[in-house]
Amino acid sequence: MTMLGKLDWSAIPFNQPIPLGAALGVFLAAAAMLGWMTVKGYWPYLWREWITSVDHKRIGVMYIVLAMLMLLRGFIDAIMMRTQQVLAIHGPGYLPPEHYDQIFSAHGTIMIFFAAMPFMIGLMNFVVPLQLGIRDVAFPTLNSVSFWLTASGALLVNISLVIGEFARTGWLPYAPLSETTYSPGVGVDYYLWAIQISGVGTLLTGVNLVTTILKMRAPGMGYLRMPMFCWTSLASNLLIVAAFPILTATLAMLTLDRYLGFHFFTNEAGGNQMMFVNLIWAWGHPEVYILVLPAFGIYSEVFSTFSSKPLFGYRSMVAATMFICIVSFMVWLHHFFTMGAGADVNAAFGIATSVIAVGTGVKIYNWLFTMYGGRVRFDTPMLWALAFVTTFTVGGMTGVLLAVPPADFVLHNSLFLVAHFHNVIISGVLFGAFAGFTYWFPKAFGFRLHEGWGKAAFWVTLAGYILVFVPLYIVGLLGMTRRLQHIDMDLWAPWLRVAAFGVLVMIAGAALQITQLLVSIRRRDKLRDETGDPWDGRSLEWSTSSPPPVFNYARLPHVEGEEPYWRIKQRASEEHSPDRGEAYEPIEMPRNSPTGFVTAFFSTLIGFALIWHIWWLAVVGFIGAYATFVIFAWRDHGDYEIPANEVARIDHDHMAARSTLLRSRERPA
Amino acid sequence: MESAKSSCPTDASFPGLLAKLVLLPSGCMLMRLLGWIPAIAILSSCAGGVLDPQGPVGSANRMILLNSLAVMLVIVVPTLVGLLAVAWKFRASNSNAPYDPDFTYSGRIELIVWSIPTLTILFLGGLIYYGSYQLDPRKPILSAQPPLDIQVVSLDWKWLFLYPEQGVGAVNQLVIPAGVPVHFKLTSASVMNTFFVPQLGSMIYVMNGMQTELHLQADREGSFFGQSAHFSGDGFSDMNFNVSAVSADAFARWASSLRGGGGVLNANAYRELARQSTDVAPASFGHVQPGLFDAVVRQTLPPGPGPAESAAGGESQASPKALPAAAAPMAHHLQGEE
Amino acid sequence: MTNHAFSSDISPASQTLDPHELGGHAARSATGHGEGGPASKFVTVAYGFWIFLLSDIIMFSALFAAYAVLAKATAGGPTGKDLFEPARVAVQTGLLLTSSFTGGLATLAAYRRSMAATQLWLFVTGLLGAAFLFLEMQEFAVMIGLQAGPSRSAFLSAFFALVGCHGAHVSLGLLWLGTMMAQLWVKGFRADILRRLHCFGLFWHALDIIWVAIFTLVYLLGASS
Repeated sequence: MTMLGKLDWSAIPFNQPIPLGAALGVFLAAAAMLGWMTVKGYWPYLWREWITSVDHKRIGVMYIVLAMLMLLRGFIDAIMMRTQQVLAIHGPGYLPPEHYDQIFSAHGTIMIFFAAMPFMIGLMNFVVPLQLGIRDVAFPTLNSVSFWLTASGALLVNISLVIGEFARTGWLPYAPLSETTYSPGVGVDYYLWAIQISGVGTLLTGVNLVTTILKMRAPGMGYLRMPMFCWTSLASNLLIVAAFPILTATLAMLTLDRYLGFHFFTNEAGGNQMMFVNLIWAWGHPEVYILVLPAFGIYSEVFSTFSSKPLFGYRSMVAATMFICIVSFMVWLHHFFTMGAGADVNAAFGIATSVIAVGTGVKIYNWLFTMYGGRVRFDTPMLWALAFVTTFTVGGMTGVLLAVPPADFVLHNSLFLVAHFHNVIISGVLFGAFAGFTYWFPKAFGFRLHEGWGKAAFWVTLAGYILVFVPLYIVGLLGMTRRLQHIDMDLWAPWLRVAAFGVLVMIAGAALQITQLLVSIRRRDKLRDETGDPWDGRSLEWSTSSPPPVFNYARLPHVEGEEPYWRIKQRASEEHSPDRGEAYEPIEMPRNSPTGFVTAFFSTLIGFALIWHIWWLAVVGFIGAYATFVIFAWRDHGDYEIPANEVARIDHDHMAARSTLLRSRERPA
Repeated sequence: MESAKSSCPTDASFPGLLAKLVLLPSGCMLMRLLGWIPAIAILSSCAGGVLDPQGPVGSANRMILLNSLAVMLVIVVPTLVGLLAVAWKFRASNSNAPYDPDFTYSGRIELIVWSIPTLTILFLGGLIYYGSYQLDPRKPILSAQPPLDIQVVSLDWKWLFLYPEQGVGAVNQLVIPAGVPVHFKLTSASVMNTFFVPQLGSMIYVMNGMQTELHLQADREGSFFGQSAHFSGDGFSDMNFNVSAVSADAFARWASSLRGGGGVLNANAYRELARQSTDVAPASFGHVQPGLFDAVVRQTLPPGPGPAESAAGGESQASPKALPAAAAPMAHHLQGEE
Repeated sequence: MTNHAFSSDISPASQTLDPHELGGHAARSATGHGEGGPASKFVTVAYGFWIFLLSDIIMFSALFAAYAVLAKATAGGPTGKDLFEPARVAVQTGLLLTSSFTGGLATLAAYRRSMAATQLWLFVTGLLGAAFLFLEMQEFAVMIGLQAGPSRSAFLSAFFALVGCHGAHVSLGLLWLGTMMAQLWVKGFRADILRRLHCFGLFWHALDIIWVAIFTLVYLLGASS
């Protein structure tokens, strides 16, 4: 047994029907999926076109697929939590504490790290190079490594469902509860290695996209000509580069405490548990803006496109974005006003926190004036954006309320807080993700999502969301604290029941979203976007075909102002042809590479081995990862060339379709 | 770009007007009005929560909470109405709405757009500054009565309350005299917890090897719900206690009855108590070894052992309504409770 | 794949793409600020690696912060003054700084495309780095032998983590260096190898900067107080 470290048969929860059933279900579904793909012979295609792909569009799509799967997993956790709390009023409910504690920890971890982050990173990956008018990100293979490392982390979290347990400490493993004395199991170790591995992926994405945005723009694309989404992506990735190393260091310290008997955060030998709280939130608060800033960019694109107007106060928006980016590093202490820091410190951080609301407020007014004087079309992305701006304002307001220390003294860690951060993250990030998904879906796949099902999903989800979280605000004001496995207060019961009903509505919303996707795929021929410009878009991504060719642009676009594509469309009335008759040149594109996939395979192995103390396997994993990099470094040809006539052939069809479109949209001069 | 046309709502007096709204007394009245609408709606169903405070600290917490809410609602409500109204007015199907695609910048609007949130936050900043000092948990409550000292230790998973002047202690049951300020000194035997009695106001973290302070007071006699507000492990959900605010006489009677009621809390009994146990029934100690609390803070008494040692000790981890060894059962000592 | 790796090799095509000069003057001067189109591979690789190094330095600053918080938390155990040997640290500093210098010489040799000189100087760099690492390992071994290992006190935890993390970086650098020397020997002065060589130089210098901070904040301050 020593060969397998701490791992033995007791790690599999044979005596717990719920996790075992869930695990079995997941296992059977995965096996069925794999079997089906084997029978259909899809593996070579998947390997060639997706798994080894270094195309930023493919990687972006894979990120979003991962995010949606994990969103479902996290949502199932949420359903279990809400039903447990409503079934455990004066009773034990159906989830014992040791299981319930894993569920809320997994819910938070999965939603932030493996649903929200991959969704945003996926959208940035797909959109940013297209909007910048270039052919790929700065480091395409590294991009693939990033994605597969994120997937590796997600896999580890889900393995914990079957083998062993997940953390029972909350999504941020506060010490000393997370130290070996109080959490001797493998749960915290699963958390640590999953987050470290995916964290490396995220950091590399940050490096990649910062370099891409600062160094790889199309000719003429000056900083103040970049679409808003590129600006917010830049801000978000700068925050990744600046904040994720703090997370890495903090979790490394906790790992050393747990594995090698260090005393960073222990009760004994001078460890300092408040240092953990400070360090984790020094990452944790910027993380909030890492998620929400790209969403702000999506909303900016959506408001502008569906109002048929340029974004109002573009420079002001850029300033507000960078303002938020910087101030977000100065507010971490508001996560623990109640730790007794003293009035002066609390006041300073309280004011700094509310100052962030200035940047957000500016954005909200600028979106309002973007619609002013426009022609507002209420397509699904615009509905998500409008729902965002209204509900997010309320969430922001309760956030500022929590930034007032004396108010936080009675609301901290209550369900009011839970309602607040769901109110900003669901409105801000999730609605943004859905808006962006619907908005750019036709660009990625060449057909639109079904509007009717989309709108139904929108209204039902919105109703469910309000039904869940308004009661949670109220029950928080009634003094209910978070993470309770069972409840003895009758005062809270009715509101918890309303929230549980709201979850049912949200389940219907999720079902409608899935239906929308399935219906759209079935009717894809009717929903086909031939022009590449289904929304009358304004930025460069709409000037290429849907889906774009592997090289995005046959010729790098030539940017002559803000909203270059809108200009081209306006000029079309004079020129009647966007084709300026320039010759095509051959294009060099990066070759596909299994490096990312193989690296992630070995890192999963390393993570699993370290969680279970199987040291030899960890060594094997490290050697494998090193060998993979050497093999990658040794290869002689990183690029392949697409000949000019091939480029011309691919581009020709699109040009023809686009000319028709431009002529039809001609404006009276 | 600079073609702000007549259709835009810029009016030279607009920013000034808004500033007046926020800062002048007339604005304050509006604020109160707006603030009370949701407050009343919530209050009516809020008996027992943080909006139904029973002491000066809780009242001050609520006051600042509602004031901040009112300040923000003054801005948030018109903004939300404006947003939806603009979206509806300029809907593509409305041929009456002007289409002005060149309206993309206006210096005056930008000025307003930056100054509205800035002014609100300036105003709120004052509230934050004032409130942080006024409600600093370390600040004593002004009162003619001398404060009562109570020491609080969070254990896995129960609360220990020590009364140094009376020399007695209690588990999961806090008895305080109404109308008397209470000075809490708090620490943890193991992991982080938060001491929170919603109806009395401010909460505070407890940490091993550290001491935090809190001043609270119950104005009236009554029974309030207290809990840990920071997740601390599997037994967390049962880590709650009842706060009985009784008359000063009743409190004195209670303390003296405890002294006769048996139960000794010394270092050994504390080590036993520090083992993990869940859903612990209220219990009392008629004699508490002096200096016990300081020994926990200074870690002369070691931190709680966690699950490994508790399990090794042969004790079941979840012992429903277990009574701590060496303690006396609590309930019958309490007089003056309903 | 071009061999002019050290110049800003923006393709000629992109220079003609801004006839109205709306992208500013960058199109002609190719500043790498992007108005002239995507920067060359060399610029993006070096730039990206710089960003990575910045993030690495932020990770170290978190470890420095932890050390600053825990420096006095000796839990009754030995202090820095009891443990640190200034002479050893001085030698270590000399070795690491010299290795940076020889690393610079290797870069210059690579610039001249002199295989023998490049390999020689890279070898010397690695040798100095290994000597540094050896002294550090020895220091750790001595301390652990004195019952002053990382689990003795929070101060020692922070010390071992911070200095050990730097040591781990040096070790990884040596592994990288060895791999690259082999690759250079087999493949010659290929553009991608030259880019990696350049990145290695940046990495090695960054480790110097971090070491100077460790030397000052940990050893000098620790030995004096």
